[in-house]
Amino acid sequence: MSVYLDHAATTPMFDVAIDAMNSALRKLGNPSSLHTEGRSTRKDVEDAREIIARAIDCLPSEVIFTGSGTEANNAAIKGLFWNSEKKVIIVSSIEHHAVLDPALWLADHEGAELIQIPVDSDGLIDLDFLQATVAARKNEIALISVMHSNNETGVIQPIAEVVKIAGDIPVHCDAVQSFTKVPISYKDLGLFAMTISGHKVGGPLGIGALILRRAVEIPALLHGGGQEREIRSGTLNAPSIVAFAAAVSAHIFDATKVAQLRDLFESGVIAVRPDAVINGESAPRLPGISNITFPGTQSDSLLLLMDSEKVSCSTGAACTAGVHRPSHVLMAMGLTDVLSQSSLRFSFGASNTESDVQFALSVLPRVIERGLAANSVGKK
Amino acid sequence: MKIIAAMSGGVDSAVAAARAVEAGHEVIGVHLALSSNPQKYRSGARGCCTIEDSHDARRAADVIGIPFYIWDMADEFHAGVVENFMSEYAAGRTPNPCLRCNEKIKFAAVLDRAKAMGFDGVVTGHYARTQEGADGRTLHRAVDPLKDQSYVLAVLNREQINGAIFPLGDTEKVDIRIEAEARGLAVAQKPDSHDICFVPSGDNAGWLRDRLGSEVGPIVDQDGTKIGEHKGAYTYTIGQRKGLGLTIPTADGSPRFVLKIEPVTNTVVVGAREDLAVTSMRGENPIFCGPLVGAAPVKGFVQVRAHGAALDCTYYMDGSELVAELDAPLLGLATGQAMVIYDGDRVVGSATICETA
Repeated sequence: MSVYLDHAATTPMFDVAIDAMNSALRKLGNPSSLHTEGRSTRKDVEDAREIIARAIDCLPSEVIFTGSGTEANNAAIKGLFWNSEKKVIIVSSIEHHAVLDPALWLADHEGAELIQIPVDSDGLIDLDFLQATVAARKNEIALISVMHSNNETGVIQPIAEVVKIAGDIPVHCDAVQSFTKVPISYKDLGLFAMTISGHKVGGPLGIGALILRRAVEIPALLHGGGQEREIRSGTLNAPSIVAFAAAVSAHIFDATKVAQLRDLFESGVIAVRPDAVINGESAPRLPGISNITFPGTQSDSLLLLMDSEKVSCSTGAACTAGVHRPSHVLMAMGLTDVLSQSSLRFSFGASNTESDVQFALSVLPRVIERGLAANSVGKK
Repeated sequence: MKIIAAMSGGVDSAVAAARAVEAGHEVIGVHLALSSNPQKYRSGARGCCTIEDSHDARRAADVIGIPFYIWDMADEFHAGVVENFMSEYAAGRTPNPCLRCNEKIKFAAVLDRAKAMGFDGVVTGHYARTQEGADGRTLHRAVDPLKDQSYVLAVLNREQINGAIFPLGDTEKVDIRIEAEARGLAVAQKPDSHDICFVPSGDNAGWLRDRLGSEVGPIVDQDGTKIGEHKGAYTYTIGQRKGLGLTIPTADGSPRFVLKIEPVTNTVVVGAREDLAVTSMRGENPIFCGPLVGAAPVKGFVQVRAHGAALDCTYYMDGSELVAELDAPLLGLATGQAMVIYDGDRVVGSATICETA
């Protein structure tokens, strides 16, 4: 038996998405071509666009397909910054690197001033800080970007309040983890821009979308054929787009069931390791993500041991060399360097069952015991 | 057995891991990140801790079909190897960091961690052999004399040897490359690493100068007469002839060699070639990977450099120190180097040279 508890990294593709992709792969036609084949593929793409638009509650014309969530985040952060005369970028301190790094890059190379919103010990952004910053710097702020939910802890951020505080400052929201997991309305939130991704929702890798308010033009990252509102060039990836929409429209993710599995897991963990700490537990969270600190361990040892027991989970952040680094998210929540490197993320998805949870709980005690032992010899 | 394969990203450790899998072990590949700021790419054939190397190691593990992880041993490596390297040079000795890495990292930090995690041992791509005999497991030279690495493994104690697997000791390097090719390992033709991995430029003296400073001091002859100046005593090695920058010639025009480095007075002592001759050496902190050595003299061999010759000697313990008396004099032997005693091809033990005569 092997148990996959890393749905926040990527999800198994739903069968309906695989079937849709297979059919689309057999179909000829560049969606930008004017002939019969092109028109037919274009129709598939536009059908998919409408499905995704309905799911996120935006206009079809507001969906700009990209090659990934990262690309959509880069397009939004850089595009909104370049579109403005203003130099201040505000992001939360717990953003995914796909938001944090383009913002840092703009600070390093394009004269941006980056302000990071701190979070409390539950991982929720400090709205008072945001309010005060916006009040003080209102006319200097090019954009604000706050993720809908955090990829490491699952903590859901108060985006509606952020938008309210922002007033007419453009707000971007990375909703990659939240999309299809919790109800989100792009329109009701009043966002300027939003990011979603295919492979986090049972769709294929290599497809994302930037949701960008109609009639807003931002400079392109990729220049070429101008296929997506002149904001994103490149032949439309019709098979992936179709499969993305198929996954979204399948409504396979059952939030109630997944939350029950998560809760079952967490109570089981605390029963065997009462010293374990569930990060962000008292904040609103996604149904499927559980981030747990096991004091006295090192997460890379735990991951190896869990993996050898056939349970796949995650340590969170890794640098390019693959060396585990303390999570900036957990550090922002006030965890020490050591504790943040003693934490694992378990993320549950549509495919998980109660027996998965029981299996993971059955291996956990000896994994933690060995992890504690390995840590004590490593630090002598 | 459940074992950890230490994978550097080179061809040897990749083949060693593959052979361990074939031998029926449950193998997990681990690449040691030894620098907290690794360089992206190798420069030439130097170094073994770049991002490119960790990629090569991962790729090899994937091809072999074993799990792969990176263990961050940068702090342990710095404390146990890099700092030791600097302090030894600062003290006028000539250390061997590869040996320290085996002693402190690969067969200590890694082996200890592996055991705590429920593994039985560590497999590496070192060229050496172990044998099971009446005295337990013993360490032996590899069959390929050009690649034999028993010298840098001689710092391992019995427990460490018992936790070590060296699958390459029975094969010549050229055949390892052929085997790697046949196994579809992309590192088959990757150049061997040389020099010291944390000095990627290969310029040890420059590296030390950057970290220890370059305090000018006297170069003196054996009478104590100053005949020149040096820029940091630790950048010299015993037996060094070139680069002394001496302008006062000897009476007979014969070349001068570094005889001694005195860190306290920051003095380099030079003299004639014959003054380099050493006929005996004493080593401190001896480690025996087989039966212990006693006070009774025994005939054997001593090796003082990684790829140096095995010199005929008589060895014995004198108190806590290991002594080797050479049958024939040796020129240029620095303290800090490891003396490794062999009984035929079996490693008897090693010690760090603290005194020569």
